[in-house]
Amino acid sequence: MGLFTTPLRERLRAWTLELGGEGLRARLARLTPPGNEYGVDPFGFDLDYAVAAIAPLLWLYKKYFRVELHGVERVPPEGRVLLVANHSGQLPFDAAMIALALLVERDPPRVLRALVERWVPTLPFFSTALARLGQVVGTPDNCRRLLAADEAILTFPEGVRGLNKPWSERYRLQPFGRGFMRLALEAGVPIVPVGVVGAEEQSPSLADLKPLARLLSMPAFPLTPTLLPIPLPARHRIWFGEPMRFEGSAEAEDPEIEEKVERVRHGVDALLREGLAAREGIFR
Amino acid sequence: MSGEAGERRATVAVAGISGNLGLALARHLARAVTLLGIDHRPFPDQRLGVEHLQVDRRKARAAEPFAARRVDALVLVGIEHDHDLPSTEVHDLNVDGTKRLLDLCERHGVRKAIVLSSANVYGPAPDNSSFLREEAPLLATARRGDMRDLVEIDMYAQSFLWRHPEIETVILRPVNVVGPTVRNVPANYLRLARPMTALGFDPMLQVIHEEDVCRAIALCLRPGVRGVFNLVGPGELPLSAILRELGREPLPVPHFLLRPMLRLLGDDPGGGFPPEEVDHLQYACTVDGSRAARELGWSPSRSLRETIRSVLEGEPTLPPRAFAPHPR
Repeated sequence: MGLFTTPLRERLRAWTLELGGEGLRARLARLTPPGNEYGVDPFGFDLDYAVAAIAPLLWLYKKYFRVELHGVERVPPEGRVLLVANHSGQLPFDAAMIALALLVERDPPRVLRALVERWVPTLPFFSTALARLGQVVGTPDNCRRLLAADEAILTFPEGVRGLNKPWSERYRLQPFGRGFMRLALEAGVPIVPVGVVGAEEQSPSLADLKPLARLLSMPAFPLTPTLLPIPLPARHRIWFGEPMRFEGSAEAEDPEIEEKVERVRHGVDALLREGLAAREGIFR
Repeated sequence: MSGEAGERRATVAVAGISGNLGLALARHLARAVTLLGIDHRPFPDQRLGVEHLQVDRRKARAAEPFAARRVDALVLVGIEHDHDLPSTEVHDLNVDGTKRLLDLCERHGVRKAIVLSSANVYGPAPDNSSFLREEAPLLATARRGDMRDLVEIDMYAQSFLWRHPEIETVILRPVNVVGPTVRNVPANYLRLARPMTALGFDPMLQVIHEEDVCRAIALCLRPGVRGVFNLVGPGELPLSAILRELGREPLPVPHFLLRPMLRLLGDDPGGGFPPEEVDHLQYACTVDGSRAARELGWSPSRSLRETIRSVLEGEPTLPPRAFAPHPR
């Protein structure tokens, strides 16, 4: 936040409101600012900071990826909910686009808390920005607390396996982790499957330079068409499915959990197939 | 334990009473209980009527007050610092001294032992949950210094708690204690005019006022209280917001340079920021305080702003040189 002086923050906030179009200011005003007398919630989310800091991402959302939403109204307007999405595109633009959809396009807006990898806090700048934007380290305890506080959580059960998969594997869902299902059963929370179409093409991985990745202790070192972490202007289409409800014990044996996880995975996959069939071009 | 009409005044022995927090505790308790001080330093405030025994807590003489009278409770206020002693000696004083004193409780039938640990024993780490519970492992991995001593003391006190069901052992793990008088690492850091920070990192921090810690210790003196408790203050804030509240001008340094820079600057063990603890400038070590709220009825009396600003009440701000040693 030190880099984030007040005049800059004001200019970014104005940019956000301009990009968001009519009514965004009024919609955002309906969100209750989180937390304490300093406007920060216990996890480090700062709504005031977030509204300013999302400006460049909102530009990507509106002008570059030209995000198209399908069924965003299926996300419940309030109460705890778990969004489960496919993960792709080398850098987690997909998470940012889903979160922006709920914040700037949904009425009433919802703040989405994404669960981030446990090594994310080791990254300078990113760690700080993500925390102020409401993202939380993905430990089971953090997830439980957020659900207990009736938050909306975004998780990618594929993890980096999905994020950094090669071009040849595009739109093929990698195996899902089981943790999210146990937490959902425990908290009695609906799961909304989400399919993101377009994120694969914004940054196709032509090769993964594994030795270099190991050297830099990164999960992967993808070689992309732009060589730099600059995405291509592929249009993003985000498909939200009907909320799924599951009954059963969170302590059940793995096969029982696995069966439920597969149903969610199929739900996400169906949205991807639907989205791929519906689109007429990658960039259009 | 206090205020019960007709009963004799409870006698509370406080080890480490001559430190700043010990003194604050003595002031807090002096009216309600009879205080016995045990410290290798003299006790500065004569007016409180503390019976003070100036003795190294490892020495046989430390047992005298326990043998001479009935002691109802022992409070171990953290660890002692003596910068004239080599670090191995300080470690000995703290860890062995704590063991000795706890063993005295067993031998002399003291019913209550309160050990002041710290929430920092969990250790700052990138993959920490945002609110660590009492069951979390103690991973503060400082190779040396106060933190290592504190982890050892905490672990010993835990084993003592389980070995002696007849004694009400309480381990309190307060978050960063600040206030006008405390001179610990976090409070001293917040007194710097130009504190170094880790460039691009802004961990969440929790603080608690020294008076609130004293209030919590008083709560733990009540009969029936036993166990391990995190003790939180009025909330959590990013480090940057705390520094802004205090009007500080942070000096951001790339995190990989922080440790070596502090080693160069901080050869004085009495001042500055210990290089072993720079992880606190990068990662959070914030805790869940719900057990104390539930079982002790704990809630802090100071607001977040009051708590933060309390470091301004004592001595004036330290000179602009980052990590200048503070006067002892």
